[in-house]
Amino acid sequence: MDNLVTMYRTMCLIRRYEDQLAEIYTEGKTPLFSIAAGTIPGEMHLAAGQEPVAVGVISHLKQDDVVTAPHRPHHFAIAKGVDLRLMTAEIFGRRTGLSRGKGGHMHLFDPQTHFSCSGIVGAGFPPAVGAALAFSRQGRDNVAVAFAGEGAANQGTFHESLNLAALWKVPVVFVIEDNHYAISVPKEQSTAVAHNSDRAQAYGIPGVYVAGNDVLAISEAAEEAINRARQGQGPTLLEIETTRLYGHFQGDAEAYLHAGEKESWRQLDPIARFRSYLLEHHTLSEDEDQTIQREVEERVEDAVKFARESLEPDVGEAYRDVFVES
Amino acid sequence: MATTTPVRKLTMARAISEAIAQEMERDPNVLVWGEDVGAYGGIFGATQGLLERFGSARIIDTPISESAFIGAAIGASAEGLRPIVELMFVDFFGVAMDQIYNHLAKNHYMSGGSVRHPVVLMTAIGGGYSDAAQHSQSLYGLFAHLPGLKVIVPSNAYDAKGMMTAAIRDDNPVMYFFHKGLLGLGWMPSDDLAEVHVPETPYTVPLGQAEVVAEGGDISVIAIGAMVPKALRARQRLEPQGVSVEVIDLRTLVPLDRQTIVDSVRKTHRALIVDEDYRSFGMSAEVAAVIAEEALEYLDTPVRRLAVPDVPIPYSRVLEQAVIPSVDKIVEAIQLLTR
Ligand SMILES: Cc1ncc(C[n+]2csc(CCOP(=O)(O)OP(=O)(O)O)c2C)c(N)n1
Ligand SMILES: [Mg+2]
Repeated sequence: MDNLVTMYRTMCLIRRYEDQLAEIYTEGKTPLFSIAAGTIPGEMHLAAGQEPVAVGVISHLKQDDVVTAPHRPHHFAIAKGVDLRLMTAEIFGRRTGLSRGKGGHMHLFDPQTHFSCSGIVGAGFPPAVGAALAFSRQGRDNVAVAFAGEGAANQGTFHESLNLAALWKVPVVFVIEDNHYAISVPKEQSTAVAHNSDRAQAYGIPGVYVAGNDVLAISEAAEEAINRARQGQGPTLLEIETTRLYGHFQGDAEAYLHAGEKESWRQLDPIARFRSYLLEHHTLSEDEDQTIQREVEERVEDAVKFARESLEPDVGEAYRDVFVES
Repeated sequence: MATTTPVRKLTMARAISEAIAQEMERDPNVLVWGEDVGAYGGIFGATQGLLERFGSARIIDTPISESAFIGAAIGASAEGLRPIVELMFVDFFGVAMDQIYNHLAKNHYMSGGSVRHPVVLMTAIGGGYSDAAQHSQSLYGLFAHLPGLKVIVPSNAYDAKGMMTAAIRDDNPVMYFFHKGLLGLGWMPSDDLAEVHVPETPYTVPLGQAEVVAEGGDISVIAIGAMVPKALRARQRLEPQGVSVEVIDLRTLVPLDRQTIVDSVRKTHRALIVDEDYRSFGMSAEVAAVIAEEALEYLDTPVRRLAVPDVPIPYSRVLEQAVIPSVDKIVEAIQLLTR
């Protein structure tokens, strides 16, 4: 019960965070949009709508389990417990950020929560296999989870990593979050099979497809996969259907979507559906829901305030950390 | 009566797509493939309008499988196609490098000249808009290091069209780099010096020829890509102070036009090389070496280089601006050399 409310709270926190970033991202970019301008410059890939994938899976992980995430990383980072203030300061390019302003939104690193991500599609699979190898060699009962989009499942690293992980039988779970598009290219135009989970067969590991962007179904499938890994039974591939409520990046006109496609996704908003479910089952009351909404709003506000009040890095920072200085 | 010449200014993005369209009209073997080149028109607009015009058999959206679709250009070109393959950002080429440097670049040589790969690989380069370390690099120096690839980096729309046409007609693999900050995209700051007159009829700008884009007597500033308009702005700023700056746009790295560099330095006796790529082992070092080999005795001062100081491109705006050469820094460096 508590667990479900916790999951709901994290999903709400992610949504509030992404909505807030969407708003801040436009600061300094009007009336004429310029990617270089404003409080948060550069590319911005938001994950609103995809909360169930992150929360359903990561709720079964421990602090020292590893997560590797792609270019759309905030939902995974938040679910993994990355400090919201430090992450936000990083996205603002401030000296108090996770990487002192050198990484930015696609390059969040947090050794505390064993979280990392990359802007290169498909880059997260091999490191997850390596982390899992470390766990098995060190006798730790940890698990590594590699998240990536359905577009990334056509990258060579995906296939090589599945084979390697299966061969080594290491504790790793591969999660493909299928939001139907890789930028403008729909999955049907990029992928020769209907389901990425079927690709698991080629490597002799279980492949599970979870439909409906439903956090409970995802959680159930993830629990089994993560337990398998933890118990030394090797990797699993999960394919999770989800929806992207913002554009590929902020500023994407999304001319490639079919008429009504976005609207149909909005109507199936996974948070609204989970809320109804919890209310119906009396797991959550309207009052508790309001408290949660207030809480998440405060947490996001606090993180944004921290970021805004933080100083920019001093220029010397640009020259540090190319190498380890002993 | 003043005579008016018809001027049709195009953005660099439009100039590139026009060149491709005209070559596709001319030669049915010219095809384009890559990520988001179809309905989206290329993330940077280099293939805008082509899908509508030529259809999905010739303008092909690919999966995110770069090793496969870049490598496919090798087999396709050997069998008679002339593929133009786009990969969004140069930063992404790592995943496909073996196909490029061990095969595309070397097959002609390894086959004793019997195999040809008329392929254009095009990609966006450059920073300046806070896209951080994996989306802001230039990296043309990396490709120029590898024998067998022509490497070109236009700095304005006229050259962009003419060099694309020349690249498509060339029987060698050509790496075509366009700087994001020159394309005239609207959603990204763009130097308007890049938006120039572009003739409508097809023409070529020969690969391997640098251009003296502004004459001067006191110092040669040798640049490429987005550093060319920056050098021109620095030149303008120094004019009132009586410093006469010659600006050379290399345009092509491979093959490098050594003669234009050497002739200029022999005339001005000073050289500043400006590059947005990493400083060490790259374009700026190569040009400095050419000067050392062929014009050393003409130099009044040591050669100076301005480039990214061997650090990844940092995200934070202040940090990024500190490492990418700016007009201010070019002015400063010229002043130091000509004092
Ligand atoms: C190796 C590589 N190729 C191309 C890109 C450009 N790119 C960034 S995100 C993206 C689409 C990714 O689609 P998907 O994996 O489905 O993730 P989504 O954006 O849908 O979350 C592409 C092609 C990249 N970053 N890295
Ligand atoms: Mg996707």
